[in-house]
Amino acid sequence: MRVLPFGLAAVDDRLPSGGLALGAVHEVAEGGDLGVIHAAAATLFVAGILSRMTGPVLWCLRASDLFAPALSQVGLNPNRVIYAEAPDEKTLPLLIEEGLRHRGLAAVVGELAKLPMVASRRMQIAAEHSGVTAIILRRWRSPAAAAAEVGQPTAAVTRWRVSARPSSPLPASGIGRRRWRVELVRCRGGGTGEWDMEGCDEEGRLGLLANLADGSSSRQGTLVEEPPRQAGLRIGA
Amino acid sequence: MVPDLTVADADLDADAEGLHRLALWALRYSPMVAVDPPDGLWIDITGASHLMGGERQLLDDLVGRLAGIGVAARAAAAGTPGAANAIARFGHRPVVVVDDAMELVSTLPLAALRLPPEMTTELRRLGFETIGDLKATPRAPLAHRFGSLLGRRLDQVFGRIAEPIVPVVPTEAVQARRSLVEPVSTAEALQAVIRALVTDLCGQLEQRGLGARTLDLLWHRVDGTMQAIRVGTAKPVRSAAHLIRLLVERVDKVDPGFGIEAAILTATLAEPLTAEEVGRLVGAGTDLAAHDDAATIAGLVDVLGNRIGHDRLYRCAPLESDVPERSVTRIPALAPPVPAGWPSQWPRPGRLLTPPEPIETLALMPDHPPMAFTWRGVRRLVKRADGPERIHGEWWRRDREMAAARDYYAVEDHAGERFWLYRSWEGSPETGPVRWFIHGLFG
Repeated sequence: MRVLPFGLAAVDDRLPSGGLALGAVHEVAEGGDLGVIHAAAATLFVAGILSRMTGPVLWCLRASDLFAPALSQVGLNPNRVIYAEAPDEKTLPLLIEEGLRHRGLAAVVGELAKLPMVASRRMQIAAEHSGVTAIILRRWRSPAAAAAEVGQPTAAVTRWRVSARPSSPLPASGIGRRRWRVELVRCRGGGTGEWDMEGCDEEGRLGLLANLADGSSSRQGTLVEEPPRQAGLRIGA
Repeated sequence: MVPDLTVADADLDADAEGLHRLALWALRYSPMVAVDPPDGLWIDITGASHLMGGERQLLDDLVGRLAGIGVAARAAAAGTPGAANAIARFGHRPVVVVDDAMELVSTLPLAALRLPPEMTTELRRLGFETIGDLKATPRAPLAHRFGSLLGRRLDQVFGRIAEPIVPVVPTEAVQARRSLVEPVSTAEALQAVIRALVTDLCGQLEQRGLGARTLDLLWHRVDGTMQAIRVGTAKPVRSAAHLIRLLVERVDKVDPGFGIEAAILTATLAEPLTAEEVGRLVGAGTDLAAHDDAATIAGLVDVLGNRIGHDRLYRCAPLESDVPERSVTRIPALAPPVPAGWPSQWPRPGRLLTPPEPIETLALMPDHPPMAFTWRGVRRLVKRADGPERIHGEWWRRDREMAAARDYYAVEDHAGERFWLYRSWEGSPETGPVRWFIHGLFG
């Protein structure tokens, strides 16, 4: 299985073959009342993953509130991203599936409120067939809609939840590097986990904090893992 | 009385030729355009109107463009050619879109039926004024007196019998046709026809050094009507596999009825495409994988573009402007790569609110970020902040921005949510009116 490692041992250990599976569907949601609507942190989390891949990306969306300069600040070259703006909600899954059939893409991102089992399974089959990775960025209209949908089963191989946390403290006043609580809520063939991280740097890499929210890893003593300079593609077993 | 009146003799031949040229121009809207002499055009927009954003938008665009070249036009869209013709010529408004034309058509005068003038006069002498009057009258006595034409026109207006239109074809167009010995109707058979037509067409395109931008495929049905498929490409294309894929994708839109007996494929819009450009477009000079990739991306863009419209597929590129919402422009998905990115000394939010939303703030000191703010009814205490980043109005765009400026602050609340706020003021921050807005979310 081809995988994209995060370059953080604590995270990669929980994933089968030691990284985010390529040619599969992954789901990313954001926690918090604002997060479920705007998914700003989850968006950068996704952009960071994309910037560590090579090749063009199709980003299927409906609302055009995405701000491209921010994506380029986490290392996603704007030349790599083709946006497809769907005229309505029901066209979105069709666009995502069509994109997943094209081997020339590195990944397809879809901003979806609803992800029915059937649609996600079709995406997973298309992704397995072509080797293109799908990342479904969940965006709901309201916290109530999110609460109703969030536990619904899908065919995605992993499900992540990203929430904003207070930034790294600075000696002077001001905002330090952004921090997130990253949760691996579900992972087919792997474990779950919860980590406090430093958000993506300018090359899309995450940093793990010493005071781990997930106690088990800290007991094993794998505390701070310095991310490798180049977290590229790796062919796993 | 009108001293500077100029009298010119009608030149019917020139008019007819002009109308034909206009019909060729109208092919931009749909593959099926027919002339309706002396002064009308029929455009079959079935399955083509969504490319312009809808029927109403298509008609507005059509009438607007005609007005731009000095042609005053009236337009109507209706379920049948007869009804559209009647409403366009005799309706009350210059641009009309009707879903159910029956009622409207019934109120129109007899002249809207396209009958010979003497027949209209005689009907009027008998007391018929509107099409509705005729519709309510028994058919047999009318047929006995006026022949079959009257009944046929009524049926055409109300859609009871089909009225095929004979589309114009540009003389220089690259075209391939197939007449079938036996009518076909299955999707597989239609796909086989498409493959034969495209192979033929691509040969012709290669001979002329052209690539197709718009393809029109007309299916002739055994009942004398036609079905059309139109596909567009973002760049000139001559690859048979690519074009076949686009057309096959639309085959389910074709209703073969009792069968298809002929098919005509026309490259309505073709642009020069030399061998070197073919090489460049598919990325020659690099390895085979790159070649494959570029071809697939162009193919993907065309497949998606034909589904949602090419204007909904785009890339984002930097634009030289300090005002955040103006710093991003959309460029075509297949445009050449753009060089530099955005200047990034300040963090930018992943989600931008358009337009910025006003917030209520509690600000203790004039040149500092607020202590707290209320947005969408939720009050948030500011724990940390960065700023200000001052962005001045672009006075060369609008006079109003001459003295306007914004001070941007990135702020973080207790829960860790990060927001992009700005204070907007005119004149000076001390004296001018100051208002606070939220412009984005960092995450």
